[in-house]
Amino acid sequence: MALAYNIGEATIEGLAYVGSLARLTGGAARSIFVDPFRGRKFRLSRAVHQAMSVGVEAVPIVSLISFFVGTILALQGAYQLRKLGAMQLVAAAVAIVITRELGPLMTAIMVIGRSGSAFAAEIGTMKVNEEIDALETMALEPVHFLVAPKFLAMILMMPCLTTWADFMGVLGGGFFGVMSAGFTWGSYFRATMDALVLRDILTGLVKSLMFGIVITAVGCHEGFATGLGSEEVGRSTTSSVVKSIFLVIVVDLIFTAIFYFTAPS
Amino acid sequence: MAKDARRKDDSEETPSGPGISVRNLRVNYGEREILHSISFDVPAGETLVILGGSGSGKSTLLRTLVGLEKPSAGEIWMGNKNFAAMSDAERDALRKKLGMSFQSGALFGGMTVGENVALPLNEHTPLDESTIEIMVRLKLDQVGLSGFENYMPAQLSGGMKKRAAIARAMAMDPEMLFFDEPSAGLDPIIAAGIDELILKLKKAFRITIVVVTHELASAFLIADRMILIDKGNIVAAGTPEELRASQQPRVRQFLDRVAEPELTGEIDYLQMLTGEDPPPHQ
Repeated sequence: MALAYNIGEATIEGLAYVGSLARLTGGAARSIFVDPFRGRKFRLSRAVHQAMSVGVEAVPIVSLISFFVGTILALQGAYQLRKLGAMQLVAAAVAIVITRELGPLMTAIMVIGRSGSAFAAEIGTMKVNEEIDALETMALEPVHFLVAPKFLAMILMMPCLTTWADFMGVLGGGFFGVMSAGFTWGSYFRATMDALVLRDILTGLVKSLMFGIVITAVGCHEGFATGLGSEEVGRSTTSSVVKSIFLVIVVDLIFTAIFYFTAPS
Repeated sequence: MAKDARRKDDSEETPSGPGISVRNLRVNYGEREILHSISFDVPAGETLVILGGSGSGKSTLLRTLVGLEKPSAGEIWMGNKNFAAMSDAERDALRKKLGMSFQSGALFGGMTVGENVALPLNEHTPLDESTIEIMVRLKLDQVGLSGFENYMPAQLSGGMKKRAAIARAMAMDPEMLFFDEPSAGLDPIIAAGIDELILKLKKAFRITIVVVTHELASAFLIADRMILIDKGNIVAAGTPEELRASQQPRVRQFLDRVAEPELTGEIDYLQMLTGEDPPPHQ
């Protein structure tokens, strides 16, 4: 009985949490897409500033990690394919796994570490320092002022970063292919292009968009949920990273299943 | 005497904004009632100081007056509008006429002092950049921070942060100004400077001001009226002179800085910890 009660309570809490994320996302979407047409200012400069931080400044680390992941994938693929005498399939394996799965997922993990945690820390610190209260007393809605620019930056930058991560992953795979699997750079990229269809890239980009929404919603929500005291900022930052990773994996699973069952046979 | 004369001179000028009238205000945090049916008035252009010890409910009262806490019952009249019963849009419209200076300053750490002061002007007015720049310089000059536009809040001292926060609160030329512990954490000289600044603003703009403090020297210097809050109730209200002359035990204890008697009995101690009435003696 106690087990059933605990499961029920945890389920209700989980649904309430997802509901509050949805409400935050809805509020930000209204600020971005509806309010400007009702005469309410939306400062693009804030979104551009966020996009620089979320996207452009993440390019070096995303490039490096994606390149390494591509190389690792090629190595692992080659380990099995060598036994079958099918080393020419390394390029195809890397391309499909990177574009459909690991490109978006690894990018999301890096963005969670760089930006999702930063959103929670920034908003959490503002809450502790009464800056959120100050915004409200100035008739500035915190969701409109703080959250909406982050959402816009994230939904624009996540697909861009993921596209770049896909390219760097393929490049990493190519590095192994050229060095150890008998490819030239030209033959490796030809094999990659032959293996990929547009749907592979698009499914990855759709997932990256959803990951961006989840990361921003969780980061900002945890920031607003920060309690009193500076140690609470650390707690909400950690919590945002753990919850974001979990929810990104859940969203990944849902969308991978949708794409699998709706794929043309 | 000089102070009374100054008050008389000031009162002949027309106040620039409405007064505040609070009626039967109750505020709850969950099940616990923090403010118990509080009523008071702040006539237009006057300065009310809310006194009270730590945990008395004075900061909750101030937060409720500016709309950061929702009252569970009661009315907050600002002019002819009940702030406690407004829609969000109406409340935002009224908030543009309020200025609030927080205890910590609450300046936005990622913006310069100038950007902090310019923020409400940028968001709520159609003024162009150069006009806003001039207004920011004017507001900073009013609080004695000329030339600090490009400083980050972290580069300012405690007193300068409070002044910058007051400049931001004054940015929209508010009709009412609210201060939460304006001189808390400042040395006596800097605190006196903040008191002088509040008096200067009061004299120059004749706006309604509400100050929450437990600094007695500050309170008696800047107040036209005072209320003393204890455990969520107003225990005394009046002019500074009336409060000084009051023989009400709680007022005397607060003004004479008499410590709470030490709790020696087990039942008294438990009552203090739990906030509940003691059980009947067996």
